[in-house]
Amino acid sequence: MSEPILKIDNLRTSFRIKDDYYPAVDGVSLTVNKNELLAIVGESGCGKSALAFSIMNLHSRAKIEGNIDFKGQNIANLPTSKLNKLRGKDMGMIFQDPLTALNPLMIIGEQIGEILLIHGTNSAEKRKERVLELLNKVGIPRPEHVFNQFPHELSGGMRQRVVIAMAIANNPELLIADEPTTSLDVTIQSQILDLIKELKEESGAGVILITHDLGVVAEMADRVAVMYAGQIVEIADVYTLFENPLHPYTRSLLNSVPTANEEQSTLHVIQGVVPALQNLPREGCRFGARIPWIADSAHEKNPQLHEVSPGHFVRCTCYKDFHFPDRDKEGNRHVVS
Amino acid sequence: MSYLEVKDLKVHFPVKGGLFGRTLAHIKAVDGVNFSIEKGKTYGLVGESGSGKTTTGRAIIGLNKITSGQVFFEGQDITNLNKANKDIRRDIQMIFQDPYSSLNPKKRVIDIISEPLRNYEKLTKGEETKRVQELLELVGLNPESILKYPHEFSGGQRQRIGIARAIALKPKLIIADEPVSALDVSVQAQVLNFMKEIQKELGLTYLFISHDLGVIKHMCDQIGIMYKGRYVESGTKEDIFNHPQHIYTKRLVAAIPDMNPRNRQQHLQFRQEVKNEYEQAYNQYFDDEGLAFQLQPVSDTHLVALPEKG
Repeated sequence: MSEPILKIDNLRTSFRIKDDYYPAVDGVSLTVNKNELLAIVGESGCGKSALAFSIMNLHSRAKIEGNIDFKGQNIANLPTSKLNKLRGKDMGMIFQDPLTALNPLMIIGEQIGEILLIHGTNSAEKRKERVLELLNKVGIPRPEHVFNQFPHELSGGMRQRVVIAMAIANNPELLIADEPTTSLDVTIQSQILDLIKELKEESGAGVILITHDLGVVAEMADRVAVMYAGQIVEIADVYTLFENPLHPYTRSLLNSVPTANEEQSTLHVIQGVVPALQNLPREGCRFGARIPWIADSAHEKNPQLHEVSPGHFVRCTCYKDFHFPDRDKEGNRHVVS
Repeated sequence: MSYLEVKDLKVHFPVKGGLFGRTLAHIKAVDGVNFSIEKGKTYGLVGESGSGKTTTGRAIIGLNKITSGQVFFEGQDITNLNKANKDIRRDIQMIFQDPYSSLNPKKRVIDIISEPLRNYEKLTKGEETKRVQELLELVGLNPESILKYPHEFSGGQRQRIGIARAIALKPKLIIADEPVSALDVSVQAQVLNFMKEIQKELGLTYLFISHDLGVIKHMCDQIGIMYKGRYVESGTKEDIFNHPQHIYTKRLVAAIPDMNPRNRQQHLQFRQEVKNEYEQAYNQYFDDEGLAFQLQPVSDTHLVALPEKG
């Protein structure tokens, strides 16, 4: 039925701080299927961008362990010469900030054309034709005019469209979008997201969408992985995740978003802070310190992902006993006397 | 009499150029804005980047020069804050967007928070320390951390330091310019809850500037929507979210992601419809320069920049 395009197995990406390596991505396993949009959600420092950069091998000084299987080939620690044949061709990336992702001294047409040239479109005429076709596809008005413009002459939304055009230039089978709309206004955000979705449906590529915005996830994702402190704490299809979230972190996150549709006078606050990479507890439930009202015995010693229903995985056993501090397990509010 | 009243506020920035740096043109960042805030309420100012919402907030507190128009606070004209009674300044304080750049990295927490106190109140060292510690406790930080530097705190904690500084002089009005945009959702929840708490405790009035409609709906009683320096719509929370009249407001409201994935298809369709309506009616709702028309009342609380008749 579903054909995996990317299979990550026990990936560990460590950064060197002083003399030791500390894993920012700590044992992540996941698959992305063809024509599937997998969203990776989490707050800053959870390792979601480090994960995306590991797949593309864009970290300059990180230690990457584990397997990243892309179309039957392990691409973790592949030499750059071989990687360059894949990057920009079979896998494309949309970066967070379109202004820094584009070369300010190069006209748009050349920037997109460069990717085509590197991957073997040698005829200048054909390149130009394809660039115009791409600009048209990502919804840029007057492509012939924009072709000769510099990035600073375009608005943020238009720049992000150019970045998308570059990512899809060679019809990649895997598209990684790292917070593609964070720096954009809301109306532009919805346009860009609709565009990414449209392109996915059209090409059947697998897409990894990295985001911190649960609203974006609800609108876009087929499946969702929630990350906390370098690990996946819950993974499920989008309906299950929003209708039956189990992990305490997922539930806390969902409760802390002020939604435009619901009235609640106070938002849920997650106690404490995400520990720094060096101070992260490597044993026991990593989220345990932030839900201190849950008994220690509820946590596993060495928390694993458990399959609670087909395709729905939750880390640690503490979800069984979890309740919000002002409610009991059935979700009824306590009356504080 | 409203608590804060802004009348026909205009802030134009000169564009300099040419050989002698002459003024070639003006950018109309804020172009004729009227609104008023009631005491103890939260007024939300919404718009996309470049809409002039931040400039409006900064002009009220005197950080941008007002080109024309008037600002009244408790019935007093404070348009020119430099000439106005200095005591007014202590009644209006600001919380800035970015807790990373709005705190001086070379100063300790005690110096950051006591700066407004040193300007207005003559306190002894002991009294000052005590006040700062009380303030830190109020914003939920450890009073013993007065000798730390900003980099030793997380983003949410820094924003609390910014809030502690803003409430140090017991102000009456706080202008909060995107106070949670730089923060993660769980930290954002913390700051928003806290702002609501101290509003009740200290009887504060907020001018809350944000581009995030979810946050605005959560916090505000009255809302104004800005586009290119002008108001396109203003009204109560219900007016704006349940009965938006202007095509621009409709588009903004339609762009808020729906948190229920089952509504996805329906919401996409709705968004497309609104987009089509927006494109078709654009020339009707905006003038030749792409600016909104004058506001017209559609109900007691609800004003919309409807197309001029004729």
